[in-house]
Amino acid sequence: MGPKEAAEVLRKSFESEVREISEFNAGQVSVTVAKEKIREIMRFLHDAPELQFHFLSDICGADYMGKKEPRYEVVYNIFSMPNKAYLTIKAQVPEDDLAIDSVMDIWVGADWRERECYDMYGIKFSGHSDLRRLLMPDDWDGFPLRKDYPLQADLGDREWKGYIDVIETYKRNKVYEVHSR
Amino acid sequence: MIVEKELSTKYLTVSMGPQHPATHGVLRLVLELDGETVVKCTPDIGYLHRGMEKLGENKTYPVDMTLTSRLDYCSAVANEIGFCIAAEKLLGVEVPERAKFIRTMTSEMVRIASHIIWIAAHAIDIGAMTVFLYSMRDREMILDLFEMLCGARLLHIYPRIGGVRCDVDQKFLDQLWDFTEKFPKLIEEYETLIDQNRIWWQRTKNIGIVSAEDAIALGLTGPTLRGSGVPYDIRKVAPYDAYDKVEFDVPLGKNCDVYDRYRCRMEEFRQSNRIIRQCIEKLPGGLVLNPDAPGLDMMPGPLKKAAPAPAPAADGTAAPAPKVEAGPAFTEIYSATEVPKGELGYYMVSDGTGRPYRMRVRTPSFVHISALQRLCVGVLVADVIALIGTIDIVLGECDR
Amino acid sequence: MDTNIIYNGFYKLIGITGEPGVLAMTVAILIGIVVVLAVVLLHVAYATYFERKVIGHMQLRLGPMRVGPHGLLQPIADGLKLFFKEDIFPATDFKTVFRLAPIYTLFAALSSLAAIPFVSTFYIANINVGILYIFAISAVSTYGIIMAGWASKSKYAFLGGLRSAAQLISYEVAMGLSLVGVMIMAGSLNFIEIVEAQQTHWYGMYLIPQFLGFFVFAIAAFAETNRVPFDLPEAESELVAGYFAEYSGMRFSLFFLGEYVAMIVMSSMSVLCFFGGWTLPPFLTNAIPALNMIPGIFIFIGKVYFHIFVFYWIRATLPRYRYDYLMRLGWKVLIPLALVNIVITSVIKYLA
Repeated sequence: MGPKEAAEVLRKSFESEVREISEFNAGQVSVTVAKEKIREIMRFLHDAPELQFHFLSDICGADYMGKKEPRYEVVYNIFSMPNKAYLTIKAQVPEDDLAIDSVMDIWVGADWRERECYDMYGIKFSGHSDLRRLLMPDDWDGFPLRKDYPLQADLGDREWKGYIDVIETYKRNKVYEVHSR
Repeated sequence: MIVEKELSTKYLTVSMGPQHPATHGVLRLVLELDGETVVKCTPDIGYLHRGMEKLGENKTYPVDMTLTSRLDYCSAVANEIGFCIAAEKLLGVEVPERAKFIRTMTSEMVRIASHIIWIAAHAIDIGAMTVFLYSMRDREMILDLFEMLCGARLLHIYPRIGGVRCDVDQKFLDQLWDFTEKFPKLIEEYETLIDQNRIWWQRTKNIGIVSAEDAIALGLTGPTLRGSGVPYDIRKVAPYDAYDKVEFDVPLGKNCDVYDRYRCRMEEFRQSNRIIRQCIEKLPGGLVLNPDAPGLDMMPGPLKKAAPAPAPAADGTAAPAPKVEAGPAFTEIYSATEVPKGELGYYMVSDGTGRPYRMRVRTPSFVHISALQRLCVGVLVADVIALIGTIDIVLGECDR
Repeated sequence: MDTNIIYNGFYKLIGITGEPGVLAMTVAILIGIVVVLAVVLLHVAYATYFERKVIGHMQLRLGPMRVGPHGLLQPIADGLKLFFKEDIFPATDFKTVFRLAPIYTLFAALSSLAAIPFVSTFYIANINVGILYIFAISAVSTYGIIMAGWASKSKYAFLGGLRSAAQLISYEVAMGLSLVGVMIMAGSLNFIEIVEAQQTHWYGMYLIPQFLGFFVFAIAAFAETNRVPFDLPEAESELVAGYFAEYSGMRFSLFFLGEYVAMIVMSSMSVLCFFGGWTLPPFLTNAIPALNMIPGIFIFIGKVYFHIFVFYWIRATLPRYRYDYLMRLGWKVLIPLALVNIVITSVIKYLA
């Protein structure tokens, strides 16, 4: 069963949730779903005997600010070993309700990837055991991968305190530097 | 940053890292020890976070390829090839046959180099110092070959979207052939030191057992997964480049422990050797770079440009300006390749311009370190070192 | 009069015949100590150099090459560096204990040198309970390690100190029991008498009848000196130098010297008890009488060098034992083997 047939099976079971099935070259099939029943959808994809999407390749987020409504998407890339098929499920998350169910009980490995999604976009995963920042420092302000977060900015007073500490320590210790020829 | 909220009097909290000889980069493991046994292990990453995904959204595709080089810096070409394959799928660019074989060849060379670093670091952490130096001697041979090929030893930036940068010459192929002749004996040199060694067995057998179902649920890939007996190798499952034209076996483990993963990677040395020899023999002629592929001067603007307006008709009226066909607003691709450490996946969204709209890198080390959290419970401190060695992590890849 | 050439030479020099007085004896002993310390410390310094060279050559590299011709002045450069290094004192509450710990360890290692006869006519003290004395002193060295681990207010050092102390006391039992076989065969605890007893056999070394005892003793010697494969307490990649992680400069060099002196003491004990000390086996000297011309000191030193080379060889080759296997080996494998050795030796001695 290829990815296109798997997507059709999914659409037949969850008629109301599936919003769109799009296909791209090189065998890429992506299914856009609503976020409400994501856990049931994932459970169905994991357990159904003809689908068996046991392997979760990746969970990530995407921000379509201004280009698409709803603004955010949580993208699940899953793989089925018996069928050798990749499938991309995109759950749409609107900006005013920035939460989605966690799939940690289906795949244990979803743990850190959901944490990173929260860290970078601010999307909260309900049911996650330990949702806190992963890559950024714990007391960081803002969500870096959002489209309105600048790549380079002089934050002035809002700069992270750890960085300010490092710069000040350097300036203080510059007195002790020995320059040899 | 992890701050202890209350004074734990029963367990001893030890922070291993971020500067530590064994943790292969800037990884911090906060271990709670009950005597010698680890009760809880919390990895703390992010020390090497460089914002690669954000940078990827702001730069064009060829520049992004140079960023991906820095992910797993031990096997740079493999990351770049993965990116180029994803970009080629997304932009619809064909790759000539010769370039596919050259890419396969360099992928396997860098697989050998990366596994050499793995065995060197793993062995020296467990205490066998000499394996480190013997294997680094052989890695020098591979790095010399890369220098002959593209001028760089470590961060090659060799492929391009639509092929590779420059062709291989006969001198390079001869030296590579000599290397493949010598290499199997060198593998035996490392194995003599540790393979049948009682102390090595005691340190690696029955340690870190991950059953096949657990490994799949955790998301492990690469030799870490194949040590548990799961035959998931992207080179066989979804072949790319010239992997469907060469013959090789994929070693699988039986006992799911550290020793089996070690044996898997040692076998992969031999299989990579085999692939390189077949690539040299079967190398076809032709171009190495598709001339229609977008080059380094790719502009950040829209990719599909309007054709120039046709000359006005004979009677002076201006012909209507041709319109650009509007394709779908966003096209996306998830493309996975098998790098030495596991499965490297690129999820890229393109909005029709020269910059990716979203570039997401799925790296194996990220997933493996999250698995470490669960693997380390109930083992001794010395085994934590063996486990870090067996999951084969590089922090550049994990933190991006 | 003593058979010791240093003491006799000194008494003759200042013209004492008959029994020497307390003052003369004290000065003589002090001279002996200075001679032994000078020689042994020089050996220790160059033992570090030779370790790096030997392990380097085994690993296809050259070792130190820059300081002096072929790096021969490397130990002097290292010593100077450690001497002038900043003495970083951690913020610990146990300041005296912290200062005392390296002195303790070095004291224990150097004190064992007093009972070792290097040739039949050169020793600092020829005591009748030589072997027992050395065991007692090496047991004392455990204190130094525990003090170091506890007084540096660091969890790593603490863990390393505990592990090391447990390892040392476990392997002391095995070491002691392995030498009981030698004691039974020689009939004495005195080193000189043990070496002379080895000369009465044609093979000249207790290695051949006591191979089991030697096996146990050799492994216990590796564990006692914290060398690979038993160097878990100071493993770089695990606990980052363990109990002496917080020491720097001269204090660290005292620990370091203590480790190498202990290595030399263990090698000397093994040479004296199992390899015939400063003598060559009678079957060799009977076959080639010219070998009798070689001074005993060279034979002794040659054998000790060979032992130390084996220490380095094993460090370059083997991985490290995990802690519980280390303990299991000490208690469940070596002690039964040593006991079996004692039983067999006693039975054979009784029947013969």
